[in-house]
Amino acid sequence: MSEQRMDRPLWRRPMPKDVDLAHQVEHERRSHLLLDPRYPLDMDKNVLDPMYRTGIQFWIAFVILGGVVALYLGTWLYQMLWGLGITGLNRPVMWALYIVNFVYFIGIGHAGTFISAALRVLKIEWRRPISRAAETLTVFALIAAAMFPIVHLGRSWKFYWLLPIPNQRQIWPSFHSPLLWDMTAIFTYLSCSILFAYIGLLPDLAMARDHTGGWRHRMYDILALGWRGTEREWVNHETALNVFSYAIIPVMFSVHTIVSWDFAMAIQPGWHHTVFGPYFVIGALFSGVAAVILVMIIARKGMHLEYFLRAEHFDGMAKFLLILSFSWAYFYFNDYLVPWYGQEPVEKILQQLFSQGILAPLWFLMLFSNIVLPWAALWSKKIRTSIPALFFISVFVQIGMYIERYLIIPGSLGRNELPFSWGLYIPHLPESLITVGAFCLVGFLYIVFSRIFPLIPVWEVYEGQVMRGLRRIGRALVPTRIEPD
Amino acid sequence: MEFPDRKWTMIVDLDKCTGCGACVVACHAENNVSIFTPEEIVRGRAMHWIHIERYWGAVYPKTQAHFLPLLCQQCFRAPCEPVCPVYATLHSERENLNLQVYNRCVGTRYCQNNDPYKVRFFNFFDPVFDQPLNEQLNPDVTVRSAGVMEKCTFCVQRIRRAEETAQVEGRALRDGEVTPACVQTCPPSALIFGDLNDPNSQVSKLATSQRKFKLLDHLGTEPQVIYLKGGDSHV
Repeated sequence: MSEQRMDRPLWRRPMPKDVDLAHQVEHERRSHLLLDPRYPLDMDKNVLDPMYRTGIQFWIAFVILGGVVALYLGTWLYQMLWGLGITGLNRPVMWALYIVNFVYFIGIGHAGTFISAALRVLKIEWRRPISRAAETLTVFALIAAAMFPIVHLGRSWKFYWLLPIPNQRQIWPSFHSPLLWDMTAIFTYLSCSILFAYIGLLPDLAMARDHTGGWRHRMYDILALGWRGTEREWVNHETALNVFSYAIIPVMFSVHTIVSWDFAMAIQPGWHHTVFGPYFVIGALFSGVAAVILVMIIARKGMHLEYFLRAEHFDGMAKFLLILSFSWAYFYFNDYLVPWYGQEPVEKILQQLFSQGILAPLWFLMLFSNIVLPWAALWSKKIRTSIPALFFISVFVQIGMYIERYLIIPGSLGRNELPFSWGLYIPHLPESLITVGAFCLVGFLYIVFSRIFPLIPVWEVYEGQVMRGLRRIGRALVPTRIEPD
Repeated sequence: MEFPDRKWTMIVDLDKCTGCGACVVACHAENNVSIFTPEEIVRGRAMHWIHIERYWGAVYPKTQAHFLPLLCQQCFRAPCEPVCPVYATLHSERENLNLQVYNRCVGTRYCQNNDPYKVRFFNFFDPVFDQPLNEQLNPDVTVRSAGVMEKCTFCVQRIRRAEETAQVEGRALRDGEVTPACVQTCPPSALIFGDLNDPNSQVSKLATSQRKFKLLDHLGTEPQVIYLKGGDSHV
C-alpha cells in the first residue's frame, strides 16, 4: 500500500490557496474520520488485513482464553456431579455470583444496541465506525449471560423444563414467575440483536467475499446472501436497519427492566424497590458504554484501527459515560434515600451493613468508581481523549457496577426479617473460576470473531464520508452534511 | 368419595415451648431430612424443616432466651409459590397446603429468596445417612436428591393416611387424628394441629385466643401457623 494511495482521493482534495485555510482543512481532516476519506479499496484493505494476521499474540490469547473457558465448562461439570454445595452458597444467600454475573453481562449487552440503534435513530454521525464492535459485544455478552441461569440451577440438566415446549409430561412452565418473563425477554433481545448485527454485516460480508479466496470466500459467499449492492438492495437494507433500530429500543429497555423484576417482585428487603426498573436500565447502559470503550481500545490496538477509531469517538463515548454516571448517581440516590427515610428496621440494617458493616469497603469502592472517578475526571477533554485514562476509568466503572450487583444480590440476601437466619456469603473457588471463565468466554468469542468478520462497518464509514464535506462560508470552513430523507 | 375442604392449621404456644428441640429430631426421623456435619452447619447448610430460633432478650446476669419454633407457615398467599417457573411449589386449594413437588424442582432457589421466613431448604449435596440412620428411612417420604428444594409439608403423608383410614372406616376424620411428627413428639404439647374449618377442633378454639399472633403478619402472607404469645423464659 503506497503512501500515495493512502492519501485522500483526488476528487476530495479542495486544497485552498490560503495557507491558514489549508491548516484548518488539515486540522479537520485529522480530527474527523468522516472528513478524511480514503479510497474504498484502501479502507477495505485496512479492515481485512488484520483479519488474516494470526500472529503469536493472537495464539497466546487464543490458548489462554480458550483454556480458561475449558476450565469453566469443567468446573460446571464438576458442580453438576457434586451439587451446588461446592460453591459458597448458603441458606439465606441462595443467589450469588452466578446471578451477579448474569445481571452484569446482560448489562454489558445493553450498550451495543444503545450505541448502534439509538445513535442511528438520532443520526449521530460519530457512531459509524463503532456500531459493529458494540453490536458484537451485545451478542457475546448476552450469550455469556444466558448461560448463567442454567449454570446456577440445582439441576442444570433439567433446564429445558423451563422452556415452553410441548412435552409428554404435559407440564407447562409457570408464567407467574418473573424467571419466565426474564427468559422470554432475553431470548427476544438476543435474537433481535443477532439479526440486527447480521443485517448491518451484510454489505461488509459481500465486500469480504469479493476480496478473499478459499474457505473464507466460500463462507462469505453463503453468508452474504448474494448481496450485489444494487440500489434496490441498499434501499431495502436501509429500511430494514431503520425498522430494527426503532423496534429494538423498547426491547432493550424492557430487558433490563424485566431482569430487575426478578428482584423487585420479591419481598426480600433490599430488593422490593419500585425504582429498580429504570435504575437497572441506567446501570446497564453505564457499565455497557464503559465496556464498549474498553473493547474499542483493545480492538484499536490489536487490530490497528487507528484510522477508524479516533479521539472524536472516544470523546463522544466518554461524554456518554459521564451523562450515564450522573443518571446512575441520581437513581442510586433515589434507591437509597427512600428506604432510609422510611427507617424500616430491616432496610436500615441493610443500609448499615453497606455503609458501616462488613460490606462497607465494597460500598465505598462502588461509590468511588461509579461517581467520584467519572465526575472528577471526565469533565476534561484531555482525559476524554486520552486512551490510557479512559481505559483506567472504564475498568473502574466495570468494577463499580459489578460491586453494585454484588451488593444487591448476595449483600441484600444476607439480611432478612428474622435475624436468626442472617448470613454472609463468601465466594469460593468454583464460582470464582466460572466467573473468570465467563469473561474469558466473551474475550474468546470476540477474538475469534475479529479474525473472521470485519470489525468496522466499512460501508457505513464510507457512506458517512460521502455525505460529509467542508464548505467555505466567508473566511470560515464549516463541516457540512448531506441529509438524505 | 369426596374429601371435605380443609384448613390445616398449627398452633404454636410459645408459653409452653421449652426450646428442647424434640420436634426437630422427630421431624428429621419422620421426613428423611439429611443430617449435617458441624462444619456444614456453620457454613449455613443445615436443614431442619422445623427449627427453634433462639433470641437472647437481655444480657447477663438477667439473660433471657426467647424460643421461636419455626416451620413452613403454609401461607394462604405464599410468596414462594408464584415465583417458581416449573410449578414445583404450588398451592393445594382443597387443603390449604403449600405443596412441594421434589421431582419437578429444577433448583432455581427463587422460592427461598422470596420466602420471608427462610424455612425452605436446598439440597446442596446428595443426602447422606450414616449407619444406622439409613436403616430407618421413612418409606412414605421421598429422599430428595441434590439440587432440589424441600420444606415442611405438615407431614402430608400422615394427613393422607389418616384421611384414607377414616374413609375406609366410613366416618369423618376426628379432631386430633392427624398429628405431624413434631406435634406428636412435643413434650409440653406446645404444638397443636388440626382443621380450622372444623369449628369444634382444638385449634379453632385456641385460634380465638387473645394471645394469638401471626409471624410477619404485615407482609400479608396469611400464614396457617398461629403463634400464641408467651411469657419470657429465664435461662
